[in-house]
Amino acid sequence: SVCMTNCPTLIVTVGLPARGKTYISKKLTRYLNWIGVPTREFNVGQYRRECVKIYKSFEFFRPDNEEGLKIRRQCASAALNDVRQYLTEDGGQVAVFDATNTTRERRDTIIQFAEQNGFKVFFVESVCEDPDVIQENIVQVKLGSPDYTNCNTEEAAEDFMKRIKCYENSYEPLDEVLDRDLSFIKIMDVGQRYLVNRVLDHIQSRIVYYLMNIHITPRSIYLCRHGESELNVNGRIGGDSGLTPRGKEFGKKLSQFLQTQGISDLKVWTSQMKRTIQTAESLSVPYEQWKVLNEIDAGVCEEMMYEEIQDHFPLEFALRDQDKYRYRYPKGESYEDLVQRLEPVIMELERQENVLVICHQAVMRCLLAYFLDKTAEELPYLKCPLHTVLKLTPVAYGCKVESISLNVDAVNTHRERPEVGISLEAHRRAHTHPQEDGSVWPDMAFSPRAFSSTGCTVQASAFLLTHGVNLTPNPQHSKHPTRK
Amino acid sequence: MEFPQLEYLRRRRCDSAVNTEQKKLTQTPLLKIWVPWMGCSLNRRRGSSVPQFCNSPTMIVMVGLPARGKTYISKKLTRYLNWIGVPTKMFNVGQYRREAVKIYKNFEFFKPDNEEAMKIRKACATAALKDVAAYFSKEQGQVAVFDATNTTRERRAIILSYAKERGYKVFFVESICDDPEIIAENIKQVKFGSPDYVDRDIDEALEDFSRRIECYRASYMPMDDEEDRKLSYIKIFDVGSRYLVNRVQDHIQSRIVYYLMNIHVTPRSIYLSRHGESELNLLGRIGGDSGLSPRGQKYANALATFIRGQNIRELKVWTSHMKRTIQTAEALGVQYEQWKALNEIDAGVCEELTYEEIQENFPEEFALRDQDKYRYRYPKGESYEDLVHRLEPVIMELERQENVLVVCHQAIFRCLLAYFLDKPADELPYLRCPLHTVLKLTPVAYGCKVESFFLNIEAVNTHRERPVNVDINRNPEEALLTVPEHV
Repeated sequence: SVCMTNCPTLIVTVGLPARGKTYISKKLTRYLNWIGVPTREFNVGQYRRECVKIYKSFEFFRPDNEEGLKIRRQCASAALNDVRQYLTEDGGQVAVFDATNTTRERRDTIIQFAEQNGFKVFFVESVCEDPDVIQENIVQVKLGSPDYTNCNTEEAAEDFMKRIKCYENSYEPLDEVLDRDLSFIKIMDVGQRYLVNRVLDHIQSRIVYYLMNIHITPRSIYLCRHGESELNVNGRIGGDSGLTPRGKEFGKKLSQFLQTQGISDLKVWTSQMKRTIQTAESLSVPYEQWKVLNEIDAGVCEEMMYEEIQDHFPLEFALRDQDKYRYRYPKGESYEDLVQRLEPVIMELERQENVLVICHQAVMRCLLAYFLDKTAEELPYLKCPLHTVLKLTPVAYGCKVESISLNVDAVNTHRERPEVGISLEAHRRAHTHPQEDGSVWPDMAFSPRAFSSTGCTVQASAFLLTHGVNLTPNPQHSKHPTRK
Repeated sequence: MEFPQLEYLRRRRCDSAVNTEQKKLTQTPLLKIWVPWMGCSLNRRRGSSVPQFCNSPTMIVMVGLPARGKTYISKKLTRYLNWIGVPTKMFNVGQYRREAVKIYKNFEFFKPDNEEAMKIRKACATAALKDVAAYFSKEQGQVAVFDATNTTRERRAIILSYAKERGYKVFFVESICDDPEIIAENIKQVKFGSPDYVDRDIDEALEDFSRRIECYRASYMPMDDEEDRKLSYIKIFDVGSRYLVNRVQDHIQSRIVYYLMNIHVTPRSIYLSRHGESELNLLGRIGGDSGLSPRGQKYANALATFIRGQNIRELKVWTSHMKRTIQTAEALGVQYEQWKALNEIDAGVCEELTYEEIQENFPEEFALRDQDKYRYRYPKGESYEDLVHRLEPVIMELERQENVLVVCHQAIFRCLLAYFLDKPADELPYLRCPLHTVLKLTPVAYGCKVESFFLNIEAVNTHRERPVNVDINRNPEEALLTVPEHV
């Protein structure tokens, strides 16, 4: 077997209330899932809300409230149970255990649990004493919490501050000396400073890098495609054509739109394909070209119409519809490959503030899926029409999306998920690729990536493997059908 | 990973005299980058783009007692940054001192009350700073690594004000270590061989160097959480067991921190090999996705024998997604990991052609490639420069790992080798990476020991030297002069 399985990782948040633990948990979970690491968060507060239907007041959290303590301990246990289920039976690779975990005693319990089950533990502590940050935090996410639906703003804020107080006396932060054998990152003052101890493996290293690059400064990210291109109008995919007159019109409208937005210090990014660059040129501002923002490489299908693909490569066409995320064009790429190559873009987007990304349909779908936490199944079918700008503004635990159509007509390039008709089994029997030594080798272009390059377990495209898809390689299928 | 600040930056001149005709895009012939046609301002490469859109230059300033790995880190970081395309240079103040004071007598030179020596040392630091300024302003340098102890707040203040006056960013890298074993190993690896101790025996050298360290200790002021809270720095404790990171300002500092947090000093070896000879290799065709030839299969078996003979602890094996590397790894009978990033360079429209066919069908492209093989991008394909960007995660993971065997392809091999052996961009595409030869790289002192093992199975030669005539108008014979033989 080709796969090497890392043991699962349990990420444990640590910190007083309103220090951003849930924000970090959700964001980290979203990022890890996007890069292909099955991750789920377990918020102990949620368990508590299910157990204690109605939240009365901060008194529940008083350290001398025996009843409260019992319930809270039970909730933590229930959550850990679900963690075990997720990591050992449900194919999870990372579980984020989101709770205050402010006492060494609680953390020791978790460490023991992890040891018994063969999980690695990585602590993420958020330490912050800036009253402004804490206040903003409370306003953004606490006042709207289910705990406070029936309170007015002042009541809620006051109760929450008292709740924080309940934890303060018994808070034992992670210590350089006492906890020197643990793996952890301590985030201080919303990313001003970090203490990183004993990073054990690749996934922890990536998590640290990610956490060190995110910030909470308000900003917006604008995503749009290039203006309508010549090949778009001809119903052809890929290629490197220029803009149609309507596409150029979009460029102008985009420029006007951006001016109305009054954005300070906007960065503009494009791919290295003509159509995005032409679009950016209309803006009369500096822009940066990223090769990794290039459209998905359709390999042998480049510049074909869907009808032609159906004619020349009916099996490919069907397979793509079976699993559009993992399907790789012969001599081309898959959406899954795209996500891999877009990761540095996401990382840089996290670092930056106001950015406009002018890209392509498949690329935009991948980026959008990251921001809106869409699954691999949904990603290839996200609607990203031409001549429409999506404005993404982080808010609370998620992202506000505004879709702004710039009122310039364009063709529709969106293809819905169709009914799948072809019988793969029949096709498999008809096509094999025999080797000289008698073995049968599947077309390598179809060989699904059996192992993610980043040391995380990844489900191989089991569908293709189990159907043993073998194809007759066609030597005339060059990248550019027009050539020969 | 790409480095956006140094990607081709295009600043459109807000010049109302430019007419719309000139706004048409053209693709630069070598890099295949779309640019607005604006006469001679075309083809301006990174480093020569308009200055105000480059990041301000960055000074990385090392801090720490002697034998804490500062020079090791400086050299490694410099090598990494240059490889990913960030022009970086190291300035080792000890070197300046050795040039000023031709003969090193003993540790007394470093005594804090040695006024004469203090003057010299300060002058050396100043000279190094001047060279840093020249590197930034005249040589388009982007990062300078200032390698010295810089153990006093006073010295660091001088550097900070020097940088502030000139608009350089400063990022400190402090290495703290009190493990006597690590320090002793350090001294053994790099100090005994130093020019300072060339005429001493080991015990003398060790004694003298230990006293040298003591000279610094009394006045050592580590970076402080409180006092230095406004500065940008990383503190590395005990060779990477722990890190404290403060105020990372920008992208390059974030990359530097990530890199420093991934390197280690545990002894290990990296084995690099190409796939066994392939069917297309035999035909003299580039690219494609063919299987192994019979000789290639023999090599795979020989490789398995060789690897077993090396008795490597916990070897990881990596391949690309292409058939020929996977077939090679299969013969090893161990688990392996496939990386798409290790796929051979995409030759675009030239895939599966012979050099003769490329000359016949794309003579201009063929010539452009010979003119600048590193930056040249095949039409609808990639350049070596693109390869380096996509290999960066591989390098990062190689740094994290211990014993690894990478089974890859000629262009990939060249890029990886250039990283380990610090080869510049113009040499990289011409590094010799013959088939059926394993390179074993073992980090030692400040560099890498290389051992080459040819496994005694004949294979075609796939190495094409740069021909003398690279002009677009050359004769086909001149272009094909250096093409290796094939079927």
